[in-house]
Amino acid sequence: MSPHKNVREVMLEAVPSLRAFAISLCGNVDRADDLVQEALLRALANLGSFEPGTNMSAWLFTILRNLFRSEYRKRRREVEDVDGSYAEQLTSLPEQSTRLEINEFRQALKLLPPEQREALILVGASGFSYEEAAKICGCAVGTIKSRVNRARSRLAELLSIDDASDFGADRETRAVVNSDLSNTRRT
Amino acid sequence: MNMRKPSRRRTAMDLQGSELKPVAKLGPDIKAKIGQQLRVMYSEVVNQGVPDRFVEILRGLDEPTDEGLKNESS
Repeated sequence: MSPHKNVREVMLEAVPSLRAFAISLCGNVDRADDLVQEALLRALANLGSFEPGTNMSAWLFTILRNLFRSEYRKRRREVEDVDGSYAEQLTSLPEQSTRLEINEFRQALKLLPPEQREALILVGASGFSYEEAAKICGCAVGTIKSRVNRARSRLAELLSIDDASDFGADRETRAVVNSDLSNTRRT
Repeated sequence: MNMRKPSRRRTAMDLQGSELKPVAKLGPDIKAKIGQQLRVMYSEVVNQGVPDRFVEILRGLDEPTDEGLKNESS
């Protein structure tokens, strides 16, 4: 039996999502990767304090978030790097218009208070339940729910979404997004 | 502008919490749209997989196990 192997696999699986979360906290890929690295090293050093049977991914997220809050927040968020090198490092999205829209979305996300942003991301993107997100952030479930709601309304406001057809950029972008959404591409 | 003003009762309850602005009720379309954008943004990073540096860091986890005797003489 090699119990550590399991742990390793679970940790490896969590890394992509941890990175995405870290980038949303730091706003910068390099710093985010350093943060993920620190979090993993800390997790490895404290494996004994992980309770088997609980959610390893949530545990890692908690460690990463605490690290970010204790260390990274001290250094002001100097470089936000929203439309610069960060976007260039991401090549997985082929559609230029979608890229524009996502950048716009990312910009808007940056304008949210950090607590709202992280709540929205944990629940809306990382796939955690409200309960898990509350644990990760060390607050009440109701607080998470309220933060998520506020984050959504603020985003809707910032991106002036009135209804589904009025989202950001131009008509072409919407067409692309909508066709992606419904998966019914007429060719 | 003809914005649909959601009917909202402005009570003291609305003004509680860390942010003082009352939260407007959002339609399901808007929620779905935001959710979709969030996931697209997130999956851009997730789809990059695990960079080597993290594979390296976690490789150490194999060593204390009974599989650790890999590098015998060659």
